[in-house]
Amino acid sequence: MVKNKKLIKTAVKKSVRLVRTQADSPRRATKKGINSIPAKTLKGLYETILRIRRFEEKIIEVYPAQDMKTPVHLCIGEEAIAAAVCIHLRKDDYIFSTHRSHGHSIAKGSDMKRMMAEFYGRKTGCSKGKGGSMHLCDPENGILGSTAIVGGGIPIAVGAGLASLMKGTDTVSVAFFGDGAMDEGTFHESMNFASLKKLPVIFLCENNFYATNSPQSARQPHDNIAMRAAGYGMPGVQVDGNDVVAVYEAAKEAVDRARAGGGPSLVECRTYRWKGHVGPDCDVEKGCRPRDEHEMWLKKCPVERTRKLLLENKIMSEKEMEKLLDNINKEMDEAVEFGRSSPFPDASELFDDVYYKG
Amino acid sequence: MPKLNMVQAINLALKEEMQRDKNVLLLGEDVGKDGGVFRVSEGLLEQFGPERIIDTPLAESGIVGAAIGMAVYGLRPVAEIQFMGFIYPALDQIFSHASRIRSRSRGRFTCPLVVRAPYGAGIKAPELHSESTEALFCHMPGIKVVVPSSPYNAKGLLLSSIRDPDPVIFLESTRLYRSIKEEVPEGEYSIPLGKARIVQEGKDVTLIAWGSMLQRALKAAEGIDADIIDLITLSPFDEEAIFKSVKKTGRVVIIHEAPKTCGFGAELSATIAEDAMLYLKAPIIRITGFDAVMPFSKLEDYYMPTAERIKKGIQEVMKY
Ligand SMILES: Cc1ncc(C[n+]2csc(CCOP(=O)(O)OP(=O)(O)O)c2C)c(N)n1
Ligand SMILES: [Mg+2]
Repeated sequence: MVKNKKLIKTAVKKSVRLVRTQADSPRRATKKGINSIPAKTLKGLYETILRIRRFEEKIIEVYPAQDMKTPVHLCIGEEAIAAAVCIHLRKDDYIFSTHRSHGHSIAKGSDMKRMMAEFYGRKTGCSKGKGGSMHLCDPENGILGSTAIVGGGIPIAVGAGLASLMKGTDTVSVAFFGDGAMDEGTFHESMNFASLKKLPVIFLCENNFYATNSPQSARQPHDNIAMRAAGYGMPGVQVDGNDVVAVYEAAKEAVDRARAGGGPSLVECRTYRWKGHVGPDCDVEKGCRPRDEHEMWLKKCPVERTRKLLLENKIMSEKEMEKLLDNINKEMDEAVEFGRSSPFPDASELFDDVYYKG
Repeated sequence: MPKLNMVQAINLALKEEMQRDKNVLLLGEDVGKDGGVFRVSEGLLEQFGPERIIDTPLAESGIVGAAIGMAVYGLRPVAEIQFMGFIYPALDQIFSHASRIRSRSRGRFTCPLVVRAPYGAGIKAPELHSESTEALFCHMPGIKVVVPSSPYNAKGLLLSSIRDPDPVIFLESTRLYRSIKEEVPEGEYSIPLGKARIVQEGKDVTLIAWGSMLQRALKAAEGIDADIIDLITLSPFDEEAIFKSVKKTGRVVIIHEAPKTCGFGAELSATIAEDAMLYLKAPIIRITGFDAVMPFSKLEDYYMPTAERIKKGIQEVMKY
């Protein structure tokens, strides 16, 4: 079949070599970083990060009961990004999310009860119990809906950006996507169009180095996603996605620029998912990812890091944190209770919202 | 003879075909080390190496486009798409190119390509993870559409599809993947494309189904003297087998899980009406999914044609 076998062999070998994930090279928080962020904002960041973590942990806790039927793509380990991006957004700014969407929805202000009810497939859910975890929709909070199609939301974010420009509003739109989505044509088409028209769009890549079980190095010739921005003539920055202040600063720059008419940016946040691609379990035991790599990232826990940062800088006390955790735990219990006790959609609701019914 | 489920049967077909023909190769997302979302290609990387079991970037249009290029160059690529709902980014390549290469080159180039994708509902995943849009592909001249209904015919049909000189869309029901086991012989046997399978002979009514709906049709037909046709190839479909049966029974119930409007049942129904109208004793009935987006969880059971719904359809044509 192949004439130049050797050449192909080395090419293949090269492409499947496993480049170690790097967490240390990207941009970290600046010196003035934390001092320039108001205490209230920092508290808010911690609260959101913790809420996302507890939401995901709650799912792990209830999942074995098997009454939550939706597939779940947990974002444990990646919480700081959603929190530190969405804190710069207004209610009327749009976000477009992916299959791994829980954190984005929570950070943008979605109601825990309605989210949990959606996971249970109940009619009180944010998508009327017909979408599950991958199709969260919350227009009042600027969440146009997450989509299971990898890369599918990116061009739509560009369209929303163009619309806001045409209507003369100063809203921005954020497309969240993973390193996997960068393989899709939609990413490149969108970057090009947004840059050409100087649109208020933030391309927010959560680079966790894997698409399902496929490492970035088996899919892309180099691992620097931020660098792609240069080719499209827009600013690109790579940050440590588990460093809440670093993400905060990079996102602020991008959002401020977009809002002021300065055009789009690409922000690559390097991070890692703790659990398997889908479901509540970890995949390391199954040999999907190297154990030492996983362990290295567990040490970079965004919850722990933020907690330490706030304690060291005396932004919050241990006691305040405990109280916050108690409140969030209560909130989660109530959300589960609400979800479980809500009714399922009726069969007749199958035909709702297919077309306008007046 | 070993009893295999459909995943194992397809795996065996790929393995044997790759052993037989060095030009056959598999490409797709996570098909190598991971063995694919449903583990259909498990063990193949170890046996055939990364030159022929190719893990690709996450890019469906790119995967199918590259497969077309390889096919035109003389290879026999099998491209895997993780779920049928993710094939849409690649429709451009399938519709605009794969289907037309023979015609565009006036027969001088061919495109012997297979695109495999799991399809259908039944695993409680909403929307794009439960698609059954086979009719889209049947509408496009130049491509063939194959839907196996059991491990045995999955293997035979895949061998024929890989050897076929034209592009084939090969749809594998997720619900059937592990739910039935049957004897699947090793080695050569192929099931010709374009020929339906007569599963059961009867004289009162003709049931036409494919993929996972066959099981439900069989269940619904218990105690009924029904001709049951498993279409297996949807495009081109076996008109002859259908006419033969319709002439005998005069009653037709078509079953598919796709939405009714413009589902493949519409084509079958129109063809029967055009060519066998005078043999009909009752209107043709279609028992199908609904014209709505596949819902999640509880409503999924309501969406899918059940044996009871099919039975009602049968009773309706019987008492007409
Ligand atoms: C178009 C499309 N192709 C394939 C899939 C199956 N799939 C779901 S998530 C995923 C990996 C996505 O990786 P990435 O974008 O990096 O996000 P992550 O899961 O790492 O957060 C794949 C291949 C899909 N949902 N959509
Ligand atoms: Mg990823």
